[in-house]
Amino acid sequence: MGVYRIGIDVGGTHTDAVLLDQYNQVISETKSHTTEDVFIGIYTAMRKIIDDAKVPVEQIKYAMLGTTHCTNAIVERKRLNKIAAIRIGAPATLAVKPLIGVPEDLCAVLGKYVYLIRGGHEYDGREIVELDEARLYEIAEEINGKVDSIAITSVFSPVSQTHEQRASEIFKEVLGEEISISLSSEIGSVGLLERENATILNAAVVNVAKTTADGFINALKNEGIEAKVFFCQNDGTLMSIEYAVKYPIFTVACGPTNSLRGASYLSELTDAIVVDVGGTTTDIGVLVQSFPRESSLAVEIGGARTNFRMPDLISIGLGGGTIIRIEDNGEFTIGPDSVGYRLPEKSLIFGGDTLTTTDVAVALGKVELGDASKVAHLDKELLNRVYLNMVNLVEEAIDKMKTSAAPVPVILVGGGSILLPEELKGASEVIRPLHSGVANAIGSAISQVSGQIEKVYALAEIGRETALEQAKEIAMSEAISAGADPETLVIVDIEDVPLAYMPGNATRIRVKAAGDLAQTEMNELV
Amino acid sequence: MRRLGKQEIEDIAVGAALLGTGGGGDPYIGKLMALQAIEEYGEITLLDVDEVPDDALVVPSAMMGAPTVMLEKAPSGEEATAAFKNLEAYLGKKIFATMPIEAGGVNSMVPLALAAKLGLPVVDVDGMGRAFPELQMVTFYLDGIAATPMVLADEKGNTSLLSTINNVWTERIARAATIEMGGSTMTAIYPMTGKNIKESGIRNILSLEEQIGKTIRLAKQNNVDPIKEVLNKADGFELFRGKVSDINRKTEAGFARGVATFEGINEYKGEKLEVRFQNEHLIAQTEKRLLCVTPDLIAVLDAETGLPITTEGIRYGARCVVIGMPCHPKWRTEKGIEAVGPRYFGYEVGYVPIEELVKKGGIA
Repeated sequence: MGVYRIGIDVGGTHTDAVLLDQYNQVISETKSHTTEDVFIGIYTAMRKIIDDAKVPVEQIKYAMLGTTHCTNAIVERKRLNKIAAIRIGAPATLAVKPLIGVPEDLCAVLGKYVYLIRGGHEYDGREIVELDEARLYEIAEEINGKVDSIAITSVFSPVSQTHEQRASEIFKEVLGEEISISLSSEIGSVGLLERENATILNAAVVNVAKTTADGFINALKNEGIEAKVFFCQNDGTLMSIEYAVKYPIFTVACGPTNSLRGASYLSELTDAIVVDVGGTTTDIGVLVQSFPRESSLAVEIGGARTNFRMPDLISIGLGGGTIIRIEDNGEFTIGPDSVGYRLPEKSLIFGGDTLTTTDVAVALGKVELGDASKVAHLDKELLNRVYLNMVNLVEEAIDKMKTSAAPVPVILVGGGSILLPEELKGASEVIRPLHSGVANAIGSAISQVSGQIEKVYALAEIGRETALEQAKEIAMSEAISAGADPETLVIVDIEDVPLAYMPGNATRIRVKAAGDLAQTEMNELV
Repeated sequence: MRRLGKQEIEDIAVGAALLGTGGGGDPYIGKLMALQAIEEYGEITLLDVDEVPDDALVVPSAMMGAPTVMLEKAPSGEEATAAFKNLEAYLGKKIFATMPIEAGGVNSMVPLALAAKLGLPVVDVDGMGRAFPELQMVTFYLDGIAATPMVLADEKGNTSLLSTINNVWTERIARAATIEMGGSTMTAIYPMTGKNIKESGIRNILSLEEQIGKTIRLAKQNNVDPIKEVLNKADGFELFRGKVSDINRKTEAGFARGVATFEGINEYKGEKLEVRFQNEHLIAQTEKRLLCVTPDLIAVLDAETGLPITTEGIRYGARCVVIGMPCHPKWRTEKGIEAVGPRYFGYEVGYVPIEELVKKGGIA
């Protein structure tokens, strides 16, 4: 009996869906508009791939969703939770209060219950001052019934989590176990304001994630599908519904990540540059050992600086619908605005009145699409210059993403990638894989499952080797319980940070393991 | 005398990053401190040096320690206040005004936040006209002014008053105390008279930073080339246009040392420029010619926006314009060159002023 999986990627303009068999072969694929009510788009796409494939729905065992729900909620400042933000750090940090530097409209939504209390740690793990537990009990009473989610950030919590954890215990004691709590040490790294912002945003989108998960499960149920459901996250691995609802912020950049992972799978390349051309923008990212390279700089989300794991991307204002303006003197501009998903009505080749990048490519014979006679009258020499400029924009962005001057393979994906030529400066080869239009949905479907552990070990007692071994084992068993196939598990990340001046050579160890999703049905057959 | 509000702070922060010549710490967190202080206590008074009485007590305020620690354990705001109160008690005299000790990076902002909080004026002057890595690298040192008595303060309320036999001992003892106090402290250092700063300080430096920042901001709005405008404002020279083709960094003896290599674009095509740094940029040279050398200033700007890029922010592929600016004449004296010239940092070249290098098209 076959085991099938559904992969869906909801983007700003398109909702893409694929159905894969047990060998990860594409059985059916579709691309539809993202709708006002996102679930209608998801439902339509799902309906289409299932009908096309004609596989028995009871054999669809897994469903992966990559979604921009949380990102949109943050950008639009809509559907956000009522939150309380607690910073543990006084008397330090008073000179830069929580949410400083965050746009005012976002502060207005998230800044109603903000507290700065005594506690936190030094860089070496010592306490700055004792945690003010009495104040935490007071705050818990104050916010009781007024908020549905709490963000807790303690100074140097990446070195010592104890104050964040104790605060969490106190809130649960007073407000009940159901209250949703986000701890900064589980979300970001050193850099207080950025980590705190990420934690606050995480707390703010908890219910969006919950509703999305419920909606997705219901949509599947309506089709008679009893599948195990996963969410895609920024680092290219999957997370369970429970985890996604706890850490929804990890989904905000999964769209581009899915494209990168899909590109890697389709081209069978592990190290390359991926160019994903959409209707409005082109995202350029880097694959390192099949996973997206992470950004080392602060990344803004909805205008707030954050520092958790995000793919390193360059986005340029060039897509299939980008508007070209030509002036009388022969000068021209490319974008940055776009006709977006209205390309089929707006662009010249489809009978519209707006000159787009797609029209240019068709007029020059680079692409066969629409009615080429509608652009035949345009000045070829001028269009050639426009085209050269478009390609230059992409080539320059590719160059900016490289770590050295050596040529690297470039993989083209996304609906707009037909615009680009077979040769690009700086590329050792240009690959345009089959199914590249829905690479993101494929990336979503083939994602791996990960497990992570973070713990402080006393190395004086057990030694570094044993501690690392123990941590690796826990991370792998976490991954297996999350649904990973033990055979394919690899350790993808190890980090150990010694806590200087602490007794017993204490070291914080973080290990992450990832593996392919276990094919349970097949295992039963064996 | 004039007032500094939020827009002025934003502009000064950009100018401070440029005069930070790649180092000095990101002014971002300092900027946020200053903005919050203005919001809570109101605008800041900026005084011209000549508006300070000769006998008035002026004390610079600065952060000491690891910028990384400050990014996580931001200051309380009380440290600098405590440092000032303690110094006043020790000297038995009221502090008239504060000022930055260095114009570049995070320390350009710390005195502004303090001034807003204490209602003290800030004097338009500093002791470097740029950023340098060590405590004795100030023009006041050239004139024999002592760094102590100084006070170090942490956010917990601890303070430490130092009185040392020379500025090298100040650096050693203060550094050790800072580590014990949690890796980042605020200091009240180099207490001086109005006469001292008139004679030994670098004047109008905050105004210059503000003008640089404003120029870059307005250039973007008015669609003019920000770099040309900045060069005009700072009497600078364009040294090179290129893209970063290699960046080599290592941490040595507590400093970020390294080399950034740029491959020429436009009229510089076919040439290569190397910028060597120790926290700050110290030398710019092509394969054939020396273009600019410390204590003259070398800044790397984003070719498109004109915004300054720090050494941590330099990444392969970035399109940059490297510019050079003449340092203050005080650094061009024999003692100045000895303290901060190329040989102090271990480079086997003599100092040649940037104007001469540019006139000759560089030294082969």
